[in-house]
Amino acid sequence: MASVLRFAVTVVTTIFGLLLVTFFIGRVVPIDPVLAIVGDRAPAHLYERTRIELGLNLPLYQQFWIYTKQALSGDLGTSVLTSNPVLEDIKRVFPATMELATIGTLIGAILGIPLGVLAAVRRGSLADQIVRVIGLIGYSVPIFWLGLLALVLFYAQLRWAAFPGRVDVVYEYSFTPQTGFYLLDAAMQGQWEVVWDLFRHIALPGALLGYFSLAYISRMTRSFMLNELSQEYVVAARAKGLSEPRIIWFHALRNAAVPLVTVIALSYANLLEGSVLTETIFSWPGLGLYITNSLQNADMNAVLGGTLVIGAVFVGINIFSDLLYRTLDPRTRSR
Amino acid sequence: MSNAEATLKPYSRAWLLSDRPASRRQARLGRAYIVWRRFAENRLALVGLAILILLLLVAAFADVLAPHDPVVGDLRNARLLPMGSEGYLLGTDDQGRDILSRLIYGSRLTLLVVVLVAIIAAPIGLVVGTASGYAGGWLDAVLMRVTDIFLAFPKLVLALALVAALGPGIENAILAIAVTSWPPYARIARAETLTFRNSEFIAAVKLMGASPFRIVLRHVMPLCVSSLIVRVTLDMAGIILTAAGLGFLGLGAQPPLPEWGAMIASGRRFILDQWWVAAMPGFAILVVSLGFNLLGDGLRDALDPKEAGQ
Repeated sequence: MASVLRFAVTVVTTIFGLLLVTFFIGRVVPIDPVLAIVGDRAPAHLYERTRIELGLNLPLYQQFWIYTKQALSGDLGTSVLTSNPVLEDIKRVFPATMELATIGTLIGAILGIPLGVLAAVRRGSLADQIVRVIGLIGYSVPIFWLGLLALVLFYAQLRWAAFPGRVDVVYEYSFTPQTGFYLLDAAMQGQWEVVWDLFRHIALPGALLGYFSLAYISRMTRSFMLNELSQEYVVAARAKGLSEPRIIWFHALRNAAVPLVTVIALSYANLLEGSVLTETIFSWPGLGLYITNSLQNADMNAVLGGTLVIGAVFVGINIFSDLLYRTLDPRTRSR
Repeated sequence: MSNAEATLKPYSRAWLLSDRPASRRQARLGRAYIVWRRFAENRLALVGLAILILLLLVAAFADVLAPHDPVVGDLRNARLLPMGSEGYLLGTDDQGRDILSRLIYGSRLTLLVVVLVAIIAAPIGLVVGTASGYAGGWLDAVLMRVTDIFLAFPKLVLALALVAALGPGIENAILAIAVTSWPPYARIARAETLTFRNSEFIAAVKLMGASPFRIVLRHVMPLCVSSLIVRVTLDMAGIILTAAGLGFLGLGAQPPLPEWGAMIASGRRFILDQWWVAAMPGFAILVVSLGFNLLGDGLRDALDPKEAGQ
C-alpha cells in the first residue's frame, strides 16, 4: 500500500514538474504573445485588453494554475502555424512517430539481443570485438549525418529506397488509416502494393533508428549475459550435463530477459527522441518533424505542447517498464 | 623501512610500485602509475586518448594549421570544389570556403561546448548529489524529485525547447545542454555519498568538530570525483552529438561560425551532387565522439576494475 502511494506521488510530482518546466520555458520566450496576436500597430487599449484576455496580467502562480488546468484537460493552446489546437495536431502526427520507433525497436531487439549474447559467450573473441565496434560507432555517429549519407547511397545512387516521406502521393488516399500505423492498416485492407511502397519509405529511417537501438540493446545484453553466465546455477547446469546452447538460451538468457525488458522499453523512449532529427531528414510526418517545423516558425505553443507530450510519454514508458520489471522479477515484489 | 626500499631510485618503476611508499607523493604517484598501466593495456583507450590530444593540438594551433580563412571564402574561383582540388584538400563549400580550414577552426567550438558544459553541469550535479546524499531527509527527497523531473525529459527535446525560448546561438545551446546534463551526475554523486556516509572516517571527522558543510566539501566530494570524471567523459560524446544536432537544426552556433553540425546543415542542400560538403564535418564529429567514448570506456575500466569488461 505504502509503495503504491509513493508511486502515485512520484507520478504526480513528475507530471507537475514537467508542466512547471514547460510553463517557465514559455514565460521566458522573448516573443511577446500579445504582440503576436494584435500586431505591433495595435492601439494601447486593444493591447491591454488582449493582455487581460490572455491572463497575462495575473500573478505568475495564477497563470501557472490556469496553464495546468488547461493542459490537464487537453488544451495545449492553438498552433500559429496550422491554426489547429495543438493537441489535435499531435494526435494526428504521433502515430507516425510511434510506427517509426516501433520498427526501430523491433530491428534493434531482434538483431541486438543475439549479437549481445554472442559477444558475451565468446568474450574477447573477434566476434566480441566486432559487436563492440558496431556499438561504439552507434554511440558516436551523428544520426542526421548517417541519415543523409544513407539517402545519398540508397535513394540517389542505388534507387532502392523511396523519396523521403511516409507514402507516395499516388497511394496516399488508396487506403483508410485506422490504427495510424500505415503498414498495418494497408496490410489489413489487403493493399499489398501500398504496403510495398510504405515499406520502401520506412526502410531507411527505420533501419537507422534500429541501428541506434541495436547499439544500446546489444551492449546491455552482453553485460547482463556476462553477469548471468558467471552465476552458480550455470555451473550446476553444466555439471548436470546440459548442452551449452540450452544453458545459454534457456537458462541464462531467461534470467537476463528481466532487466532486458527495461532496456528495450528505455530504448523505445530514446527512439522517440532520436526521431526528432531522423524525421527532419526523412520528411517523416511525425511529432519530431512537427516540433522542428514549429521551432523554425517560432510557434511556441506547438513546441511546448510537443515537448510536454514527449516528456509525458517518456515518463509513461519509464513507469511501465518499472512495473513490468516488478512483475517479471519475483525478487522485487514486496513481501 | 628496509635498506633495499630506501635505495630505490626515485621515479623508477620499482619505486613507483613499491608497496611501502615513503612519502605521500610516492604513494600518489604509484597509484596513478597503476591506473595508467591498467589504462594503457587497453589499446582502444589509447587510440581515444590520441584522438583527443590531436583535437587539442588542432584547436590550439588552428591559426597555423589552417591553409585558408575559415569565414571568408573565394566565391569567384573556389565554389564547391571537389575533394583533392589544388590547395583545397577536402574541397570547398558553397561560399568558396576551404572545408578543411573550417573543420580545423570548428574544433575550437567543439572543445568550447564540451568544456563549458562539463564546467557548468558537473559541479551542479556534484553539489546536488552530495548534499542530497549526505543530508538525507526532506532535502534529499526534494532534490531527487527535481532531478527526476529533469531526467523525465528527453535531453535533445528539452534542449530544443530551451533554445527555442532563449533564442538560437552557441551560448544558449551550451546553457541548454548543461541544464539537461546535470541530473545523472547528481544521481551518481548521491549514490557514492550514500556508500560512505556512515563510514568511520566521516564519523571521525565529525567528532573532530567539522561542520556538515566542511565534511561534504573536503571529505565527501573528493571521493565522488573519479566516478564523476568517468561519467562526464562518457557523456562528452552525447554532448557533442546534441550540440551538433542543435547546430544542424539552426539553433546552435550561427553562421558564419564553422560549427560542424551547422556545416552539415548547409551542405545538405547539395548533398546529392557535392556530398563531401556535408560528409566531412559529420566524419569529424564521428571521430571526436568516438575518441571520447573510447577514452571514457578505458577510464572506467582503469579506475573501476569491478566493472571492467561489462
